[in-house]
Amino acid sequence: MVRDITLGQYFPGNSLIHRLDPRMKILITFAFIVFIFVAANFQGLAVMLLLMASVLLLSGVPLSQYLKSLKAVLFIVAFTFVLNLFYGGGTTVWSWRFMRITDGGISNAVFVAVRIFSLILFSSVLTFTTSPTQLTDALERLMKPLKVLHVQVHEIAMMMTIALRFVPTLLEETDKIMNAQKARGADLESGGFMQRVKSLIPILIPLFVSSFRRAYDLAMAMECRCYHGGEGRTKMKQLHMSGLDAAAAVVSGLFCVGVLFCAFHFPAALR
Amino acid sequence: MDHYIKAEDVTFSYEAQENEKAPEVLHGVSLNIHKGEFVALLGHNGSGKSTMAKEFNAMLLPSGGKVYVDGLDTLDDALKIEIRQRVGLVLQNPDNQLVASIVEEDVAFGPENLGVSPPEIRKRVDDALKAVDMYDYRMHAPYKLSGGQKQRIAIAGIIAMQPDCIVLDEPTAMLDPRGRDEVLETIHRLNREKGITIVLITHYMDEAAGADRVIVMDDGQILTQGSPRQVFSQVELLQAHQLDVPQSTELIYRLKGEGVPLPDGILNIEECVSALEPLLKQSGNIGEIDASH
Repeated sequence: MVRDITLGQYFPGNSLIHRLDPRMKILITFAFIVFIFVAANFQGLAVMLLLMASVLLLSGVPLSQYLKSLKAVLFIVAFTFVLNLFYGGGTTVWSWRFMRITDGGISNAVFVAVRIFSLILFSSVLTFTTSPTQLTDALERLMKPLKVLHVQVHEIAMMMTIALRFVPTLLEETDKIMNAQKARGADLESGGFMQRVKSLIPILIPLFVSSFRRAYDLAMAMECRCYHGGEGRTKMKQLHMSGLDAAAAVVSGLFCVGVLFCAFHFPAALR
Repeated sequence: MDHYIKAEDVTFSYEAQENEKAPEVLHGVSLNIHKGEFVALLGHNGSGKSTMAKEFNAMLLPSGGKVYVDGLDTLDDALKIEIRQRVGLVLQNPDNQLVASIVEEDVAFGPENLGVSPPEIRKRVDDALKAVDMYDYRMHAPYKLSGGQKQRIAIAGIIAMQPDCIVLDEPTAMLDPRGRDEVLETIHRLNREKGITIVLITHYMDEAAGADRVIVMDDGQILTQGSPRQVFSQVELLQAHQLDVPQSTELIYRLKGEGVPLPDGILNIEECVSALEPLLKQSGNIGEIDASH
């Protein structure tokens, strides 16, 4: 049961988006997320949505997967949508006793909903089309300038790599321990909340103990393979930017300019 | 012959607990490993064989005595990386020694640490994966592989550093029989075809029977050493120290004890069958023995 959990839901493929350099993808995603908040009127939003639609289609990942990722935030979006509906200026569209919905409220609500959805969709494109190892690699390169501030960039990336490597191993182990404890009569499913939290203790303790043992073994294995920190280390897989990445940067730049243009040219819809 | 690894009167004790004197695990072990040799280091749990394995690549340093690898002193801190590149150590649990989530990236870990150039790493990784017959799995996630396959990936990760010698610390202890065969077949092939020196640490007598030389350790000392035939013919000595001999050897030994005329130093099933067959035919009890049983 535990094994069904997938982490970093990467969909292998060979689409245009898949082939982009992961560093470029991270930068572009970051820019898009910023520009979702720059777009302050429906014209700007339309530009962003057009961009979104084309990126989703280009990624080659089934659209149903994107819908699934939206499901996770549906409640938050609905909640903020309703909340925003009642707070806003402008002319009253509908009122009943103390409740009052204005046109400003409606546009605020729509904006917030679209923004949250876009945030999720853009980051989904990144994680769906980039393998976890590519992501950690790209982050290591992008964070390199932070070394000046004494941030241990290599160590952080190494920890991410190891964590990703051990997620399935530890899940499998959790499953095994749960079965072992169930075989001894442990009841994991019934009782109130506190009862159930308490029943996790006999699972967590063996898991912790074995994780430390694994960590000790792994540290030894890494030393046996001459690991001595990031100093003088090379990488088998070199990232390189291609013409495709340049094109992607230019196209995304144009869209961002489009959003900026709309922001200055048309009146803001938010109030 | 060329002494590749040379241990001189090595003693070792783990760090002392408070107020208690740490027990000595190795009491003056001297041994030589020759270049290109396949050595089995035998002993039961607590005999000091795993501790000895870690002395070979400077993971542990002798408390007394010296260990030289290709003439390099393991006590010299500056030589540590160089020694570990020459003598690779494969551990027991395959799950705990793989670092990356993709097979080929894991194999690349060693050469990356050594600062090898990217195209050269690519070549080494491909060669190493082919050498352990796992090239088709290079893009797989390790957790989806069987134990034997994972252990072969771990061996590939060592080979990619281009070592002269591989020390394997009970590499088959956690594997099923099939995985065990895969791993043993792989290390024998590496020894034969690439001339890599192999030190196989094990407590399975049948694994040791296939080595060029067997060193038996007991209680932190060397009990006996020699060719498998020489070592396993000393059945009384081994049994006095709670060590087994290969099953075929024991069968022959017991039959001889009953007065059956049989040769010494039988190591495997084939030899056992060919020694027994004429005798049984003579007595006419069984006509034919199938060698595959």
